Amino acid sequence: MNTSLSMKSSPSVLIRRKRAIWAVLEGMAYLLPSLILFSIFLFYPMLRTLYLSFYATDHQGNPVQFVGIENFVYLLKDANFLQSAKATLLFVCYTVPASVILALCLALMANEKLKGIGLFRTFFSSTMGMSVAASSVIWMFMYNPSIGIINKVLSLFGISDVQWLLDPNIALISVAISTIWMNTGFTFLVLLGGLQNLDSSLYESARIAGVGYWYQLHKVTLPLLSPTLFFVTTVLLIHSFQTFGQIDMLTKGGPVDATNVIVYSIYRDAFINYNFGSASAQAVLLFFAVLVVTVLQFKFAERKVHYQ
Amino acid sequence: MRVAKIELVHVYKSYNGKDNVIHDLSVSIEPGEFFVLVGPSGCGKSTILRMIAGLETITSGTLLIGGIEANDLPPSERNLSMVFQNYALYPHLTVEQNIIFGLYKKKISKQEQKERCLEAAEMLGLTDFLKHKPRQLSGGQRQRVALARAIVTHAPICLMDEPLSNLDAKLRAKMRSEIRQLQRRLGITMVYVTHDQVEAMTMADRMMILHEGRPQQIGKPLDIYNHPSNTFVASFIGTPPMNLAEAKVLESLLLFDSGRAIRFHHHLPPSKQQIIVGVRPEHIRLAKEGDDHFIAKVINVEVLGTETFITFELTKNEHWMARWNGQWNIHVGEKVPLTIDETAFHFFHENGQRLNYSLLSYAAGKGGCQ
Repeated sequence: MNTSLSMKSSPSVLIRRKRAIWAVLEGMAYLLPSLILFSIFLFYPMLRTLYLSFYATDHQGNPVQFVGIENFVYLLKDANFLQSAKATLLFVCYTVPASVILALCLALMANEKLKGIGLFRTFFSSTMGMSVAASSVIWMFMYNPSIGIINKVLSLFGISDVQWLLDPNIALISVAISTIWMNTGFTFLVLLGGLQNLDSSLYESARIAGVGYWYQLHKVTLPLLSPTLFFVTTVLLIHSFQTFGQIDMLTKGGPVDATNVIVYSIYRDAFINYNFGSASAQAVLLFFAVLVVTVLQFKFAERKVHYQ
Repeated sequence: MRVAKIELVHVYKSYNGKDNVIHDLSVSIEPGEFFVLVGPSGCGKSTILRMIAGLETITSGTLLIGGIEANDLPPSERNLSMVFQNYALYPHLTVEQNIIFGLYKKKISKQEQKERCLEAAEMLGLTDFLKHKPRQLSGGQRQRVALARAIVTHAPICLMDEPLSNLDAKLRAKMRSEIRQLQRRLGITMVYVTHDQVEAMTMADRMMILHEGRPQQIGKPLDIYNHPSNTFVASFIGTPPMNLAEAKVLESLLLFDSGRAIRFHHHLPPSKQQIIVGVRPEHIRLAKEGDDHFIAKVINVEVLGTETFITFELTKNEHWMARWNGQWNIHVGEKVPLTIDETAFHFFHENGQRLNYSLLSYAAGKGGCQ
């Protein structure tokens, strides 16, 4: 009886299995274009970097000798790298909270229904359309100690000769300020979009209850906006860890390595000092640092997020 | 509880300064009344409610709440509560926090807030859900939370904007009677917006029918059903709607297209050449022997169990519907003898307005078959 059953069912099982294989193949075919693109531009470079980080390399970047984790051990003892790590962390702390708070304030203002508010919305989001290079050049001129507008204005208040990009104590803050300005457009636009998406009847209900502005902001707007806030914070955090353009344009990592953030240090090690092994090891460390921070962010900050 | 009267005096509303969305609206809503604003979507009924709430400005005219001009009062000082179509519950707050949200401004002790919340929750059967978030609740429960939030404020006026339209038919019927009972128990003035004429008929003390921003008729549901003031009201109220057809009057004869005629014996139709005639489906009967009748071809039959809808050909292009109690075994294509009481006819002017000539007093007694 068993045999007859299995004999009966076996052809259909075969057909079903065949179909399942075809379905998988078909799915893979649809995925293939993005798989190829991701592999060429993302997966392969990542694996290659990981591979190189375990090797000593020659000047062309070819692996010469397997050194295990020596690159990493060296980095963690290296004062320059630790300075880079510190600069990066400081830079993240300077830029991320300030960018989010500034953009949130602007978005709350621009969300009011006033005449001509569209003009301000355009202004506030305009930095999104500017390249890092162009913005950096603008800020470079503004920071210029002799002809820059910032010092000109400050001189009216009796403050003179601030060396914005040359003073090791100020340079990182200066770069951070320009970065905050560059971040504003994107962050503002996303937060404004989030605000406009909120259900207007919730606000009408609050109006009938007679709730004041700050209570409403605290009890209604911010909790409802929390998914968007979480999103921009995460994106800015990752973005901030990877800052390169404005450092290269404004300070080149100087003065005395004050603004030598990790990505810039990687660039210098790889393409100026031709030390690809060490650069790869730094890249791997940065990758894991970003990964850990993002995971922590999801683990702890997301608890306060209210999805609808 | 202090009850309040709402009066709208020659109110207009315009969004762009040119086209009025509300035309010359004057109505007075009595204290403790269940008043329904009903009309097809886009007729301006929600706009009126929002003007009463203070969420929209009034372009011209006066709004009086409790005898005090309220045109420029902010919503929170009008002493009213509102239930929104989508309930407007805060997704991040628990049911309890949602219910007492509206009490924040009222300077009420925490103890009293808690008591009121429990009282409202008990009234609406929400006691077990106070710690839940809105997304854990079903549609009907969310609706109840919105109701509870409106009643904890102890406001004398409650505004409702299509509160049942997101519920399924069965739940809607249940909530309909719950809301009505709640309003009676609390004695509050209720202004209720709906596009569903069944809700309007079953819930209202009085109702106003709106069409394109103009009030069509204000009155008790049965008065409106029995004496619609124009063809719009006649066809909007009642399911199936009143049968309407154009006709010519020739002395005691009513002439329809393609030669159908109905003769009047006791009550002559109005002495106008061209009129519109209306008959409620329940007033078209199967003719008995000896009745004055006309023969009509049956186009469609819908047997609902308790009643039967028969669509027949009045003229070539006009189909009327009759509504008979019980289950009738009539076949499509059959020719049936039909009769209509002379008193059941409604007459309208060509422009749709009711003609005063009709058998009002008589018809009123016989009607009311809702």
